[in-house]
Amino acid sequence: MGFSETLSQYDSLDMAAYLDAVKPADVERVLAQHSLTPQDYLTLLSPAAEGMLEAMAQKANDISLRHFGKTIQLFTPLYLANYCTNQCVYCGFNTANKIQRTQLSAAELKVEAEAIAATGLKHILILTGDAPAKSTVEYIGSCATLLSEYFSSISIEVYAMTQDEYAYLIDRGVDGLTIYQETYNKDLYEELHPKGPKRDYAFRLDAPERGCEAGMRTVNVGALLGLESVWQRDAFYTGLHAEYLQRKYPGTSIAISLPRMRPHVGAYEPASIVTDRNLVQLMLAQRIFLRSVGITVSTREPAALRDNLMPLGVTKMSAGVTTAVGGHTSDDSSTEQFEISDPRSVEEMCRAIEAKGFQPVFKDWEPF
Amino acid sequence: MEANNNDALVIGGVSLTSRLFTGTGKYGSDTIIPDVCASSGSQVITVALRRVDVNAATGNVMQHIPKHMQLLPNTSGARNADEAVRIARLARAAGCGDWIKIEVISDNKYLLPDGYETAKATEILASEGFVVLPYVNADLYIARDLVNAGAAAVMPLGAPIGSNRGLKTKEMVRILIDEISLPIIVDAGIGAPSQACEAMEMGAAACLVNTAIAAAGDPVAMGRAFGDAVRAGRAAYLARTAAVSSGTADASSPLTGFLGGM
Repeated sequence: MGFSETLSQYDSLDMAAYLDAVKPADVERVLAQHSLTPQDYLTLLSPAAEGMLEAMAQKANDISLRHFGKTIQLFTPLYLANYCTNQCVYCGFNTANKIQRTQLSAAELKVEAEAIAATGLKHILILTGDAPAKSTVEYIGSCATLLSEYFSSISIEVYAMTQDEYAYLIDRGVDGLTIYQETYNKDLYEELHPKGPKRDYAFRLDAPERGCEAGMRTVNVGALLGLESVWQRDAFYTGLHAEYLQRKYPGTSIAISLPRMRPHVGAYEPASIVTDRNLVQLMLAQRIFLRSVGITVSTREPAALRDNLMPLGVTKMSAGVTTAVGGHTSDDSSTEQFEISDPRSVEEMCRAIEAKGFQPVFKDWEPF
Repeated sequence: MEANNNDALVIGGVSLTSRLFTGTGKYGSDTIIPDVCASSGSQVITVALRRVDVNAATGNVMQHIPKHMQLLPNTSGARNADEAVRIARLARAAGCGDWIKIEVISDNKYLLPDGYETAKATEILASEGFVVLPYVNADLYIARDLVNAGAAAVMPLGAPIGSNRGLKTKEMVRILIDEISLPIIVDAGIGAPSQACEAMEMGAAACLVNTAIAAAGDPVAMGRAFGDAVRAGRAAYLARTAAVSSGTADASSPLTGFLGGM
């Protein structure tokens, strides 16, 4: 039984009606509980709960301190390539977009790795566009092997792979998988992905599970907030996905990201605007529902907001970020996926984290 | 409160006057660790090897651990016995000494220890000369396995890690204290000094406290409070607590009255 069967249990749920019917007393009851059901989680995503964010924040902060302490794990993305065979209408790498396409050579990657390692970072996330013929599994594997000389933990955010391909990369030093479903709405998904291998909704939906089966230590899921007209829908299903994986693979560390759409090349406009209040509400609800699941916040969010999110349940943040291929050693932005909102260096992020009374953590794992 | 110098806890040939073990995780800044060590009086400190970057010029937790502390590296992150053994060997190779706290956890939601894998790792590492302190559920059978495997102590949890819920396994810990010849060190779940005191009054050999100190508003003051509580509990245990009255006084002896006056 895969996650699709869990999802199908909610086919008949009238989510808008459920959310509208939630009263403040329902939210109070959920906040008084130790363990939450999926319905309780949905209650915390309601408009009624939006009026009770401080009470939710107090509970989320308490849970976070006990589970994770006053620490924030740091990482940075490293773009290996931006070749892409898809036409995701919301993405800057869309094959129809006329941007410069490139892929790092081993020598170029070494220079990037040295520049990042010099900042002290030990955890890295490597990314490619969705072009399996260009950025092959073997290419990504050889990059991981090279990077393992510089970093203690390597995660991938690439196209959906088979279990054997994930196992191949684990053998070459990869220990984490990040893969976003983008949207859990199948019809919308097919509309947004008109061409390319990514169009296969089911193959992507089961990718996190294949990563768990292959032996990834951490698996990070998420939806791109703004694609759905009702933001709670993908927020809810992302939480369910994380809970499903945590229950089925207790030995894997499951994490969630909450990416909001950012300006990019192309004309696609978000279907909904997820406000800062919405984002905070979602993060609090996730922390209260999924007490021990990691929460990753990227530089899609601006510095001031990121700073204020720290005590609310964040476990992992990116720093010293560029979304351009080779961007850690070049100022050329012509290859970037999207514009970031928090350009702070690793050192600046450390100071910001410390100013909040938290400790920036560089190393939390190595292959033993 | 003064430590009782005639009441040392000896583990792996090391004599300890403090029965409070502390940790290094979850602090807002590692720079506070020396102050917590000082205020709590703790002499043993555990550190996750996964967090240690021996090559880092700064930001290395080891730089903040006072020299006099007995280092207790732990195998946090290990999902089975093999990984725990590898981490322990690396800890020793990195100069962290022979003490090792075995944590084998393959459930990231509750962080409950895997007793079977822990016992396997204990057997291997004890045979290699490690001083093995395994973190386990409060279970008599697991504890007996650990005795046979060569453990130096048994560290049952009071409640799940980081829960601060107190000595929820009290009756099971009491059985271990009564039946197991090794020191019983309550590890995990203790959220308040009164709970540590209670464990020590029962006869626990020591308590390991991390989250309740690290996540406190004032970790240094909370470290002091835990140090005092553990000493008080131990002193009460040694003083042998007076019997607790059932609440009724009865001069007659309905069951033994037939014996007449002696």
